[in-house]
Amino acid sequence: MIRLSNVDKVYRTSQIETVALSSINMEVKEGEFISIMGPSGSGKTTLLNILGLLDVPTRGTVRLNGGELTSYRDRDVARIRNREIGFVFQTYHLISDLSVVDNVEIPLLYRRLRGGERRKLAREALERVGLSSRIHHFPSQLSGGQQQRVAIARAIVGKPRILLADEPTGNLDSQMGDEIMDIITSLNREVKTTVIMVTHDPRLAAITERIMRLFDGRQVN
Amino acid sequence: MLKNYLKMAFKVLLRRKFFTFISLFGVSLTLVVLMVLVALFDHTFGAYPPETKTDRTLGVLFVEFRSPDDHSMINGFAGYGFLDRYVRTLPNVEKVSLYSFPTTAVSYLNGAPVTSWLKRADGEFWQILDFRFLEGRPFTPQDEKDRNFVAVINETTRKRFFSDGPAVGKFLGVDGQHFRVVGVVPDIPILRIVPFADIWVPISTAKTDTYRGQKLWGNYLAMILARQRSDFPMIKDEYHDVLKRVEFPDPQHYNKAFGEAETLLDVASRAFLLERGYGESPVRRFMAWLILLMVLFMLLPTINLVNINVSRIRERSSEIGVRKAFGASSLTLVGQFVVENVLLTLVGGGFGFVLSYGVLHFISSTGLIPYAHFGVNYRIFLCGLAITLFFGLLSGVYPAWKMSRLHPAVALRGRG
Ligand SMILES: Nc1ncnc2c1ncn2[C@@H]1O[C@H](COP(=O)(O)OP(=O)(O)OP(=O)(O)O)[C@@H](O)[C@H]1O
Ligand SMILES: [Mg+2]
Repeated sequence: MIRLSNVDKVYRTSQIETVALSSINMEVKEGEFISIMGPSGSGKTTLLNILGLLDVPTRGTVRLNGGELTSYRDRDVARIRNREIGFVFQTYHLISDLSVVDNVEIPLLYRRLRGGERRKLAREALERVGLSSRIHHFPSQLSGGQQQRVAIARAIVGKPRILLADEPTGNLDSQMGDEIMDIITSLNREVKTTVIMVTHDPRLAAITERIMRLFDGRQVN
Repeated sequence: MLKNYLKMAFKVLLRRKFFTFISLFGVSLTLVVLMVLVALFDHTFGAYPPETKTDRTLGVLFVEFRSPDDHSMINGFAGYGFLDRYVRTLPNVEKVSLYSFPTTAVSYLNGAPVTSWLKRADGEFWQILDFRFLEGRPFTPQDEKDRNFVAVINETTRKRFFSDGPAVGKFLGVDGQHFRVVGVVPDIPILRIVPFADIWVPISTAKTDTYRGQKLWGNYLAMILARQRSDFPMIKDEYHDVLKRVEFPDPQHYNKAFGEAETLLDVASRAFLLERGYGESPVRRFMAWLILLMVLFMLLPTINLVNINVSRIRERSSEIGVRKAFGASSLTLVGQFVVENVLLTLVGGGFGFVLSYGVLHFISSTGLIPYAHFGVNYRIFLCGLAITLFFGLLSGVYPAWKMSRLHPAVALRGRG
């Protein structure tokens, strides 16, 4: 469903050029569970951003369900992000001004849903991650693990077909990490959500069907 | 969607108290200044009683006479004789009234001199203007014809001379003449120069009748009530024609007359634009200038708010990234930020409005402008609302556009 061909990503600042990705070819099939591994700075987040249509490559093409990304307009890309993709960020990125439920509702705001319906779906998603009792808290009142679970609830509330997770367990202890992994694994198994996950932990990567390794922006297999 | 925008906006306002305070302060203060100016303007030119028919009233406020070689020129109020002969006789109008510019007149109260503003007017004056009478009645064209020594006085004068008791039927000495009070009206603000006076008496009670003579200039103005507003161009043309046919008593000195049947606003516009010519009404250009000046005045607080907003892009870049990642289009985000900003300015506008109300009330109470009573009416309210909305859009659109352009990957990395 997603296909990257010869993707390069180069960051240019006034003095230096950083090659974050270099000739990446990758195909993601419906229902797959893929992990991305590699040392810090090897381009994992950059790759995930490109897969999630949050970033555009410097060279090469991104195809989603057969259509080429560059042919989409801003509104169409927004729609695809909204319907098809759920993101879990390395640093949670919860909106501190909003309560837990309001944070989880965000993807639903950009669909034509009534307030009651949104609230119901948000509660369900929070139940799934075991946070029903904290819905009116603010992010600053939660532990790191709880914040990460809110972020996961937000990523799955819209029932996306693809879940992209950037080190979802990176900041958690191993028990909390396992719980999060269970949630993600069950999404893949039961709801057939396609999952692409960045991780440093070989134990977690082993659970996935396929491991993609990056080194200095290059694929190494 | 709007509901969510508003919800988010309120949360942002409440949680960023310092930012909110600074912004609100700027907006409110700007609005107070503008509202006071608008109120002053409305107070001077708006349709307030007794001038309720401003939409179909023209005036001959000034005339200009020139010598044959154009070297010598006189510009000012016209003489009664001139207006009586050339303006009162204009065809195709509903009514014409002649009245004097107010002059100070002295009365004696318990031996001490008291000055009042005295206006001489004909009976039609009271028919065109809608004075509310606290007691009694106006004087009539018949009173004017019969040279009856009758007077209408304002509330303040009644208080002064008759200590608030009923005044109708009592006598009042003004400049050595004695008038029987026939009516009492509320105080008219001095800025309403057409109706304003403390005491109104018939023109024919003047001490001599030289005012009726041929003198071209003097102390008189005319008010022309058209049948309908669409008659204005015709009336103006007829007045121009009449001016060409003026008979000059002393044509070696003055033999040309210029003037315009116009509104007070026309006159003010011309004065503001430093224009001397006659012809096409300058009100539109005057208004355009005023709006431009208002915008210029708003520029500084706008730039300030734009700055604050833009600098908050970095602060809110994570939110922008998240919203985009979960499906907000750039346009949706522009909408959100503009609504937020408009809401902020509307709240500021609300405070500003209350403050303006206080300031206007204060100005009225100081008596700085005699009999001025600044209020807030729907015109001023709408104007304030328009200013606030304009301000909100002006200061919101650019930052919102800039914020929305942020690429999500960049926004989320927080290196915007
Ligand atoms: N906006 C940017 N401007 C310049 N260089 C950037 C930018 N974003 C990323 N980079 C560089 O691109 C390379 C890849 O970054 P990326 O964040 O993808 O690494 P990563 O594999 O996710 O690392 P980590 O495991 O630490 O999260 C790094 O060298 C980084 O410094
Ligand atoms: Mg990373």
